[in-house]
Amino acid sequence: MRLVRLLLQTLLKGPVTQAPPPADADSLAQLAATLSARSRDTLGRSLAIRALDAGSCNGCELEIQAVCGPVYDLERYGLKVVASPRHADVLLVTGPVTRNMALAAVRTYEAMAAPKWVVAMGDCARDGGCFAGSYAVMNGVQELLPVDLVIPGCPPEPEKLLSGLLALLETVA
Amino acid sequence: MLGNTTLTEFLDGLRTVPQHQPWPRHLLDERAWMDLLHQLAESDWTLLGLWADGGEVHAALRDEEDGAVAVASLSCPERKYPSLSEVRPGAIRLERALRDLWGITPVGLSDPRPWLDHGRWPVSRPLALPRGPAPETPVDYPFLPVEGEALHIIPVGPVHAGVIEPGHFRFTCSGESVVRLEARLGYTHKGVEELMAGKPLAEAAKLAARLSGDSTVAYSLAFARAVEAATASEAPPRAHWLRALMAELERIANHLLDVGGVCNDAAFPVMLAHCTTLREEVLRANAACFGHRLLMDRILPGGVSHDLTREGGATLRKLCATLAQRLNILVDIYDDLPSLQDRTVGTGIVRPALARRFGAGGVVGRASMQGGDARKAVAYPPYDELDFAVPTQPLGDVNARIWQRIEELRESLSLVNQLMDGMPGGPLTRPIPTRGGEGMALVEGFRGEILLWLRLSEAGKVVRCHPRDPSWFQWPLLEAAIENNIVADFPLCNKSFNCSYSGVDL
Repeated sequence: MRLVRLLLQTLLKGPVTQAPPPADADSLAQLAATLSARSRDTLGRSLAIRALDAGSCNGCELEIQAVCGPVYDLERYGLKVVASPRHADVLLVTGPVTRNMALAAVRTYEAMAAPKWVVAMGDCARDGGCFAGSYAVMNGVQELLPVDLVIPGCPPEPEKLLSGLLALLETVA
Repeated sequence: MLGNTTLTEFLDGLRTVPQHQPWPRHLLDERAWMDLLHQLAESDWTLLGLWADGGEVHAALRDEEDGAVAVASLSCPERKYPSLSEVRPGAIRLERALRDLWGITPVGLSDPRPWLDHGRWPVSRPLALPRGPAPETPVDYPFLPVEGEALHIIPVGPVHAGVIEPGHFRFTCSGESVVRLEARLGYTHKGVEELMAGKPLAEAAKLAARLSGDSTVAYSLAFARAVEAATASEAPPRAHWLRALMAELERIANHLLDVGGVCNDAAFPVMLAHCTTLREEVLRANAACFGHRLLMDRILPGGVSHDLTREGGATLRKLCATLAQRLNILVDIYDDLPSLQDRTVGTGIVRPALARRFGAGGVVGRASMQGGDARKAVAYPPYDELDFAVPTQPLGDVNARIWQRIEELRESLSLVNQLMDGMPGGPLTRPIPTRGGEGMALVEGFRGEILLWLRLSEAGKVVRCHPRDPSWFQWPLLEAAIENNIVADFPLCNKSFNCSYSGVDL
């Protein structure tokens, strides 16, 4: 059967996963200023991430999906995208935070157990990006939630996203 | 009026707006607008878009018999106009959005509820002059009533369990079966139309590229073509070909992810893993050839920003060969797995008549026998010189939408090869003259036909821009498709549609 052949071929060829990027130096510096190392023992080098689209154009979502795929394989680092904020340590927010999403974003954050961190992913999440100044958006995540790390880019490339998240892992877990 | 009048005949003799390109725009008085409504009830002209602009309402229509496109405009000084929703149900959400943003009332629209306005902005009627005051409380949104014994309601969202965009779905179920689904969207409304007004072309183009990130090429192309139409200019031939190349690469990348995603939602993640790996190769080729994985901001009014080098061409040819071969393996596996097809065949059926009633195009429409494709219907360059088919499927279920994507993938791979073979030389851009005018573009994105209309000032700035995503006419069909399916099949149906949230929330 074709499926069996494909599975065998994939096994023999070995993983398509690429070598990990180093933890991002800028992100490490950002985090060093805001975070204590106390939580390391509790979290055991593993972070659960809840992705939250707060009004992105969906470009960032595409790159989050790419990072979860076999080529970047987020889970090998102990980083996992989870379905419920109750299970999450990190809120990964994309988009400029539309006013229509603000309440849902706050509720998602409040549903997370402490200790918790907020990562603003993409130029919109940083400061509203090209949507800044609109009646319908807040200008970035920091207007609504305490942001621990900004990963800029439009959208941030998978390596950039990975190295930012790895910096978070280095610092907190 | 007779039943078989053509759109051109109907609008003939009405006052025409100068400088509206490439299709005519006619000014209707209220009587002519009412005639239009009666005529729409008789004819099968497709509603392509409906939007407001200052004190006017515009409806873009296409006569499917001869392909004629025209815009009908009605001035509404009393800020109301006779609604199109009775004769074209696809207009319902467009009219609700228009009422929220402009404070213009569609008379006869049966749904009084707001759509984009959730009562959380510091203004109301944000595009009207003057704007309205901020609401005192958020909108209390009544969902459609459902009566019956033993029904239960499942509210889902706006925050979903996966990495997807936000929207609220309200399921009313009898046991496992969905009796009614009602979607409430608008959560990602960013006020793009207001942001675009008054912007120079370069800034407005950036916003257009971010209406829906997965369709960034298609929106940039639509914006560029509308600007070029408005200013009576034309991109150089090589730019046309490079634009089409990028558009096909975007279609390939998205269709791959969707085929994998639908199978994943039917609990077959192997397909997603392989499709994601293939997609990654496309994105890397994009980055290598044009400097951006999603090809954002590569298409600009007047041309394109990046040329394709000889090495880039070789990369793309190799990519196409690999994709064609590996796609065949994946297709055989899908075709060979009854347990997977058990989930997709007969699930989430969209009847062709309903797709037609809503004027739905794209993958969703074509999987239900609707043959429209702007690349053929408008035949903008270079598609007029390329050889490709527009496949359709008769059954309109999840399986049909998977096959539709597979067949479109094959056509797109062939198109990429044709584009490489016939790519002309020459410059990449031509300057856009600074002048006013109105332009409209119809462009086929991976979801379907995008309409973008704009007016430029004499200084060459955007006065008003309205983008209409194909999902406007596809979202309502999802509510029909899920009826009598089990709740657990909703993710499957939703993924097989893959409508844009950001694109319709604006």
